[in-house]
Amino acid sequence: MRSDRGQSAPLGLKIAAACGLLFLHLPILLIFVYAFTTEEKSFVWPPPGLTTQWFAVTWNRPDVWDALSLSVRVAAISTAIALVLGTLCAAAVSQTRFFGREAISLLVILPIALPGIITGIALRSAFALADIPFSFWTIVLGHATFCVVVVYNNAVARFRRTSGSMIEASMDLGADGFQTFRHVVLPNIATALLAGGMLAFALSFDEVIVTTFTAGQQQTVPIWMLEELIRPRQRPVTNVVAMVVVLVTLLPILLAYYLTRDGDQIAGSGK
Amino acid sequence: MRGALSDLFWRRPKFLLTLMLAPPLLWLGIVYIGSLFALLAQSFFSIDEFSGLINRQFTLKTYGDLFQAANLDIILRTVTMAALVTLASAVIAFPIAYYAARYARGRWKALFYLGVMLPLWSSYLVKIYAWKLILAKEGILTWLLAKLNLLWLLDGWLSLPIVGGNSLSVSFTGTFIVFVYVWLPFMILPVQAALERVPGNLVEASSDLGASPGQTFRNVLFPLALPGIVAGSIFTFSLTLGDYIIPQIIGTSRLFIGQAVYSQQGTAGNIPLAAAFTVVPIVIMGFYLWGAKRMGAFDAL
Repeated sequence: MRSDRGQSAPLGLKIAAACGLLFLHLPILLIFVYAFTTEEKSFVWPPPGLTTQWFAVTWNRPDVWDALSLSVRVAAISTAIALVLGTLCAAAVSQTRFFGREAISLLVILPIALPGIITGIALRSAFALADIPFSFWTIVLGHATFCVVVVYNNAVARFRRTSGSMIEASMDLGADGFQTFRHVVLPNIATALLAGGMLAFALSFDEVIVTTFTAGQQQTVPIWMLEELIRPRQRPVTNVVAMVVVLVTLLPILLAYYLTRDGDQIAGSGK
Repeated sequence: MRGALSDLFWRRPKFLLTLMLAPPLLWLGIVYIGSLFALLAQSFFSIDEFSGLINRQFTLKTYGDLFQAANLDIILRTVTMAALVTLASAVIAFPIAYYAARYARGRWKALFYLGVMLPLWSSYLVKIYAWKLILAKEGILTWLLAKLNLLWLLDGWLSLPIVGGNSLSVSFTGTFIVFVYVWLPFMILPVQAALERVPGNLVEASSDLGASPGQTFRNVLFPLALPGIVAGSIFTFSLTLGDYIIPQIIGTSRLFIGQAVYSQQGTAGNIPLAAAFTVVPIVIMGFYLWGAKRMGAFDAL
């Protein structure tokens, strides 16, 4: 039958798709090799030898630990704020129809739809006008603003799939609004919130453009890396940190994927 | 007390809605929109060229400065790069998205999805760093081309004006490659979403009616995928317009808009001009989004 022909892809398409995926992945894999190279000064390939000594050197660098600690604290607080704001916004937008609904979804998306440099310099000029000195909280202010959208997107998608009849049933059975939220709504959206939170954490942990404008002298991990890229001090340490950063951001993403996977299949993956 | 509150919410849903919307709207309204207005206001200030102080009086002088030849050059260079990056991303994204949408099933489909999501979410700076390693003079690309006896090709390309340079890591070609690499996943996902909605039998009908694969692509697939491509191009175009880190780390000394903004507000201390520069991508993206909405690209997001 003719329709059976559609089951196998033409060779050219297969090759093009495979090349595209390789193009996306090979550079990241390269980072892992460079973390073990014995070459200190240049980016020479292939590595003249392999060693694990740079992991110990990196472990003993206080500046790396300081940056890591700041990044984790900023990401944790920003994620918490984004979870509250994003969920509230998603609940309001998905459960009811009201005037200005479209404008609100645009407002939430805007901080990542416009280039990061605009958010960054806007915040900086606002801090300057209001005489707010740079601090931990100026970084959080920026990060939470663009993290809201990730939580919002995940929560909205889940709210749309949560049927209203369950909430009505809960109410009919005598539960008040808070009980319904606690026992019906929350368990339904919990994994979506967790996924959104993971992604928000990864987004904040990795953010560099907005941070350069709101951090002053403080160094998050990406700022530390940027500094090393512009004025390299010890290349092998940068290699090791780069590898660690890849691992630290991959885990939340894989987890987030795992958490939302089942729901997406129910929704028919866009069909 | 709790019951009364719950009843109140039930009877007056508007009250609950206001209560839910107030925190996010206050945050985004004050922190984000407020800052944007602060920025916009500053673009109407001007800088005193002798004292270096900012004159807080309404003027259009700073916008006039944008039209100096050097600044126009920066804007033109950035927009050209953004357009080329968008075009290249669309070309590379299409086969991946098409394969994932039409042929990949079950486990392969999940693998494809992850295969696009992981690079999308992995660290932006690490990705740039990886390309620094690849494009550097002593790096892996030179090594590979030497093995294949193709070094003459690289040298020939690098000797070209504008796109060439000392090595790929300090040339526009390098900047272009890294931009395409970093934004490509943003193009794949919407194109794939658009192609998922194309029924497979449409393609079969086209070939049954005697169309060649090329004709099917031009007359059936491409028009149906176009809203997805436009949706993806919003990201690739906008992100390239605003980025200043990629051209700073892998590129020439000739500036892009983002770098101009960064140096104007930092070393030059000319916040009004920096603010006026950021208005350029905002205006361009405003028109772009307006056009994209008319093409129905928002439904493909």
